[in-house]
Amino acid sequence: MSDTHAESVAFVRETAIPPALPPATVSGPVKWMRDNLFPTWANGLLTVAALYIIYLILSSSLPWLLGGIWNAESLAQCREILQGNSAACFAVLSERWNQLLFGFKYPPELYWRPTLAFVLLFIAAAPVLFFDLPRKLLIFTGIYPFLAYWLIWGGTILTPLIALLGVVVGYLVFNRFVKGSFAAGMFGGVAAALVVWILGGMVFSGADLFSLRSVSSRDLGGFMLNMMLGITCVSLSVPIGIALALGRQSDLPIVKYICVVFIEFIRGVPLITLLFVASVMLSYFFPPERTVDLFLRVVIMITMFSSAYIAEVIRGGLAALPKGQYEAADSLGLDYPQAMRLIILPQALKISIPGIVNIAVGLFKDTTLVSVITLFDIVGMIRGPILASTDWNGVYWELFMFASVLFFIVCYSISQYSQWLERRLATDHR
Amino acid sequence: MKQSVFFGALTGAVLVGGIAGAATLDDVKARGKLNCGVTTGLVGFAAPDANGNWEGFDVAVCRAVAAAVLGDPNAVEFVPTTGKTRFTALASGEIDMLARNTTWTFSRDTDLKFDFVGINYYDGQGFIVPKALGVTSAKDLDGATVCIQTGTTTELNLADYFRANNISYEPVPIETNAEGQQQYLAGACDAYTTDASGLAATRATFETPSDHVILPEIISKEPLGPLVRHGDNDWGDIVMWTLNALIAAEEYGVTSANVEELSAAAGDNPEVNRLLGTEDNLGAMIGLDATWAKDAIAAGGNYGEIFEKNIGESTPIGLARGLNAQWTEGGLLYAPPFR
Repeated sequence: MSDTHAESVAFVRETAIPPALPPATVSGPVKWMRDNLFPTWANGLLTVAALYIIYLILSSSLPWLLGGIWNAESLAQCREILQGNSAACFAVLSERWNQLLFGFKYPPELYWRPTLAFVLLFIAAAPVLFFDLPRKLLIFTGIYPFLAYWLIWGGTILTPLIALLGVVVGYLVFNRFVKGSFAAGMFGGVAAALVVWILGGMVFSGADLFSLRSVSSRDLGGFMLNMMLGITCVSLSVPIGIALALGRQSDLPIVKYICVVFIEFIRGVPLITLLFVASVMLSYFFPPERTVDLFLRVVIMITMFSSAYIAEVIRGGLAALPKGQYEAADSLGLDYPQAMRLIILPQALKISIPGIVNIAVGLFKDTTLVSVITLFDIVGMIRGPILASTDWNGVYWELFMFASVLFFIVCYSISQYSQWLERRLATDHR
Repeated sequence: MKQSVFFGALTGAVLVGGIAGAATLDDVKARGKLNCGVTTGLVGFAAPDANGNWEGFDVAVCRAVAAAVLGDPNAVEFVPTTGKTRFTALASGEIDMLARNTTWTFSRDTDLKFDFVGINYYDGQGFIVPKALGVTSAKDLDGATVCIQTGTTTELNLADYFRANNISYEPVPIETNAEGQQQYLAGACDAYTTDASGLAATRATFETPSDHVILPEIISKEPLGPLVRHGDNDWGDIVMWTLNALIAAEEYGVTSANVEELSAAAGDNPEVNRLLGTEDNLGAMIGLDATWAKDAIAAGGNYGEIFEKNIGESTPIGLARGLNAQWTEGGLLYAPPFR
């Protein structure tokens, strides 16, 4: 049967046609553009207008950026090289690079010390930020603040060693007594640490061991100062903020009202007022030779400020937990510290991450406010010494752009990390 | 932080009464350093260079005092202050003297309890406007927006001047001179007002200085000078006479180049001899070495040299001596006799 019509068919295809590409209009860049850029006439017009605006911005800024002068000794020389053309004078960055990063008084031969402290910061921060890493690394994190202090300020290693020893002894005492009662462990630990610090201060005062050249706080500056203030204050204000948030929910009236008054007072006062108090008012209370270090004063003020905000963010997290969680913890027979540590805080903190990161980013940028109390952070360096030098008076865009780039890098990384953390911790039922 | 912080907090309350009575000269000598308040940065008057060394017209006064008291022009701890923090820094004892282009006024001298010890620069407040604005006199500025530094006498002078001439203006408050320049260039204000020296320095940095004019009106007297705390007259005398020594040195032709030679042995001019300590011992009367004035002059030169090096016509700022010339040359500088 099959042969019957064999002659009547002109052609029989014996192999399959190779699959053709879809028409250009329904796939690839053309389709993407049709879907996203030109789906309707109105959208198409808007796209063209937007492209034109982007072109305008780039065509005026790119030549300025790319044609920038990197080698000159003063603004006048820059202008001489440019011959009336408009381009950036980045030479100010290359000449004052170290001043922008380290301030104008940090001894240049010691720049390696803060740089090393900065590099070690990543190692110290890694186990805290990424909890998949081996937990043993946390030991280095614990040592890091004391090491960084020694590297940046110099002086004898005994000062940070005694401080570290006090913390370790305090922790051991805390561990010993915490099984009996949390309060006993806490107060015992603090008392033990104080005893070690005072005794150590007496025994070793004047001793000189592994001494690095000492640098005073007044000599710190540049972006280094912003980083130091930001990192110190964020890492101090998170635990203090947690304590304040828990204190505000406490059933003990005195604890509760101390926390409420503290939080409400600090939140009701602008940061810049607190900084003025730190720099100007406090010097009236101390004799000139015996003042608290200016850096420490500023750290205390900024930490107080941000811990009050973080406390409120965490309180939001605590309030978001269903009451059943608290009752479940109680019904398991956990006492207050255990319930908080094992059940309540892990959930509350997870909810609070975006808020905490928001405050951390804001706090980091707020560290530039210290320039108004004559600390030479990066903005202080730009507004003061660099713009006031006869060579560079009149360069604005280049310097402030540089500062923005540095801040953007740091703040964007913080924000990216927090998004990763949120995804990593996402255990809710979707 | 350090142990000193810890104990400082404890001893702070005990020692707080000790500020007022202590003699500043003894403190400075014991410390081995002069704490001198300067601005956070003003072109020509005070700014650190690329190596972090402070230089400028006000800085030179600090160095001269340090040289006179301690014999070393580098024994100075420069404490940068802003317009808002300068007086508290001096009053609280954080600094021993303030050389920060500060205008000598009645209330600062009396009410704020400071002593101005002299005048190192006679300034006056002026206006700069873009040439395109077509303004030739400050009286034409009716309704103009004016950039003005807050917390300074210029702010008050401006209000007085416009009220006296019955014209209106809108102030644009700014914090620093650098910010003022930028706001003015960006067109945020029609005119920028500050001390005439500052205007000249500002205009020198513009890309096309000729597009801007400094109006002829000088609306205020701004005698700028170093100041000390009220109540320690011995210390005030030292700063005052160090400044006078710099001014007198120019008058008598003592320069950094010939000061060594002139102070080696007594010369013909008895006034120079007394100044440089080769005749009489003026230094002992203010508790310093006989060579105090010689050290102060050797630090950065006499007044004229300091002026030329930092703000004079050979620098980009290019200020003429004007009122700041010696009295013998028609200026106002007049050092009392060294006798």
